[in-house]
This record gives sequence, C-alpha cells and structure tokens, in this order.
Amino acid sequence: MPTVHINDDQVAFAEGATVVDAVAHTTGRQLSADGTPADGGRLGVAVALAGSVIPRSRWAATELSEGVELEIVTAVQGG
Amino acid sequence: MSDTAQTGPAFDAGIPPLDIGGYTLANRLIMGTGGITDLAALERALITSGTTLTTVAMRRFSPDTKTSVFSMLERLGIDILPNTAGCYTVKDTVLTAELAREALETNLIKVEVIADEHTLLPDVIETLEATEQLADRGFIPLVYTSDDPAVARRLEQVGAAAVMPLGAPIGTGLGILNPHNIELIASRASVPVVLDAGIGAASEAALAMELGCEAVLVASAVTRAQNPSAMAHAVKAAVEAGWHSRHAGRIPRREHALASSPMEGIIDPVEDLT
Repeated sequence: MPTVHINDDQVAFAEGATVVDAVAHTTGRQLSADGTPADGGRLGVAVALAGSVIPRSRWAATELSEGVELEIVTAVQGG
Repeated sequence: MSDTAQTGPAFDAGIPPLDIGGYTLANRLIMGTGGITDLAALERALITSGTTLTTVAMRRFSPDTKTSVFSMLERLGIDILPNTAGCYTVKDTVLTAELAREALETNLIKVEVIADEHTLLPDVIETLEATEQLADRGFIPLVYTSDDPAVARRLEQVGAAAVMPLGAPIGTGLGILNPHNIELIASRASVPVVLDAGIGAASEAALAMELGCEAVLVASAVTRAQNPSAMAHAVKAAVEAGWHSRHAGRIPRREHALASSPMEGIIDPVEDLT
C-alpha cells in the first residue's frame, strides 16, 4: 500500500496503482487507461513527478511507489 | 446558460489576423482571466471583448477548480494562452511551461518570470534564458518583459515569437509610462510587439496600437472595472480604433498652428470706430 504525496495531501493507494489512479483520485473523474476522461472531453491536467513532467501516454505505465511526490496541476484564472 | 459555443462580437474585418510564430491570432485583443471572482461576469466580459486568445495560470488542482476557467474557455471556443506567473527562476518557468503544454495541449506560452512579489517586474536575465530554452523545446514564447528596447531585441534573437513589454507594472492601471520606449521597441522589432500590463482605460489600449504594437493584452483593466463587460466593449473598440489610426498615417507634430481654412479672400478688417 504505497502512500503518495499529491500536492498538499498524502494518499494511500493499492499495490500496483499507477499515475492514472492518482489523477482519477485527485480530479474525481473516471479515467480510461489512456488517461482521458471516461465521459469524454479534455481533462486539462498535467502531472510532474520529482520535477519532471510525466506525459499522459506514460501515466498507465508509471506505478506509484512509496513516498513519491506528485504535482497535479490544471489551469486557473490568471493574467 | 447554453452549452453551445458562444461567439462574441466580430472584430473589424478590415484588420488582418496576426501571425505569432505560426499561430494565427484572429484579432488583436488578448484577454486575461485573473482579478475577478464572478465567473459569469468574466464570461460576459470575454464574450463582449471578442477575444480569441485568453491567458490562464497553472496551479495545483484543487476541488474548487472543477468548475474551471478551462472548461469555460473550451465552451466559448477561445484559445488558451497559459502563463508562467509566479515563477522566479528558469527552472520553474520551464517546468511550468511543460506542465501547461501537457495539460492544455498548446505550444503557446506566456513567459513571465518576475523579480519580486512587490513590483512584479520581470527579471529580464532569467526571462532571457527561459525564453531561449523554451524556444529550443518547440514552444511559441510570448514574452512579458520590461520596456527596455535593448532587452526586447535580445529576446527576439533567442527565439521570442512575440515581445510583450509592460506599459506599467502589473495591475497598476498607470497606462503607458514610457511611450517613447514602446514606440522604439515596436519600430525595431521583427516579431509582433504586444503591450502587456499597465492598461487602466481604453484610451491607453488605443495609444499602444498607435505606437506600433500589433496587439494588446488586458486583464485587470477589464476584470477589476466596476462594469467588466462595458470596459471590455470599450477596450475592443479602442484596439480597433488604434489600429486604424496607426495605419491611417497621422499628421506630423508641429510647433505652431497651421490653419485649415484658406487665408485668401478674407474680408477687410472692420474699422474700429470707438
């Protein structure tokens, strides 16, 4: 059961969970294996692990390990 | 509210679109989305402005962002220009840009590297380095910078697709503090110059265009106005007026008056009988 830092939270996941599961947890959206929303549309979210972007194409292949730090970001209002 | 894409008032058809590093900017007013809490009011202002490109910032996902500005802009059919606001270093700027590209599927990036939180003035040293790295990584950098003509040229040389000098510090509404510098930057640039930051009223947007800027970016002037939609309408009209004024060829400035009525055929002066 890896515990993962996501933004300001700590979240426990089942063994074998991947970045897709982390994004689904944080956004509250159901995701397909390729990281796109199951209900269609665009997610508008990106993930960084230890200072590097993980492209959505690699989310499903990236397993969560104990103690990793994920940043999950999206667009907000700004000039 | 309708779910279909809403299009705002069309921009003046006589004003051609602008090419920014291969991206076609359909009209000359780029909008910001910060500085307003009422999303419905923001939406009305964006529609009224006629904008086709609007900035967002990148931040950690929070439950509040579910009704996000992202989905609003998608629904309105407005292209998204992510910025790197809040970044102080090259490293943070490049990571933020990469996150924005991944999240929003665009190569456009408004490069914004600030020196400190009080002035929000651009750190041009970090900005220059970040611009070069982002251009090398295939981004289309639109670069917020100072009104220094020498820096503007350097940014262009390292790959800025557009140079965006400030008229005045962000959010001040002080207008264009150094019109001479803005005009100099615009006259020497081979990439589009976009006036970014400082505008407080529509007349200043018109002035920016008259000075040779190809477009204007406005955020606080609209979003913090008492009536954002009314100000969006005014700024749109000002950008159009400024473009036309610039291209109409203004008269030279003169020291003394020059009559526009003929001097010939004037009646004889009436004799003073007092």
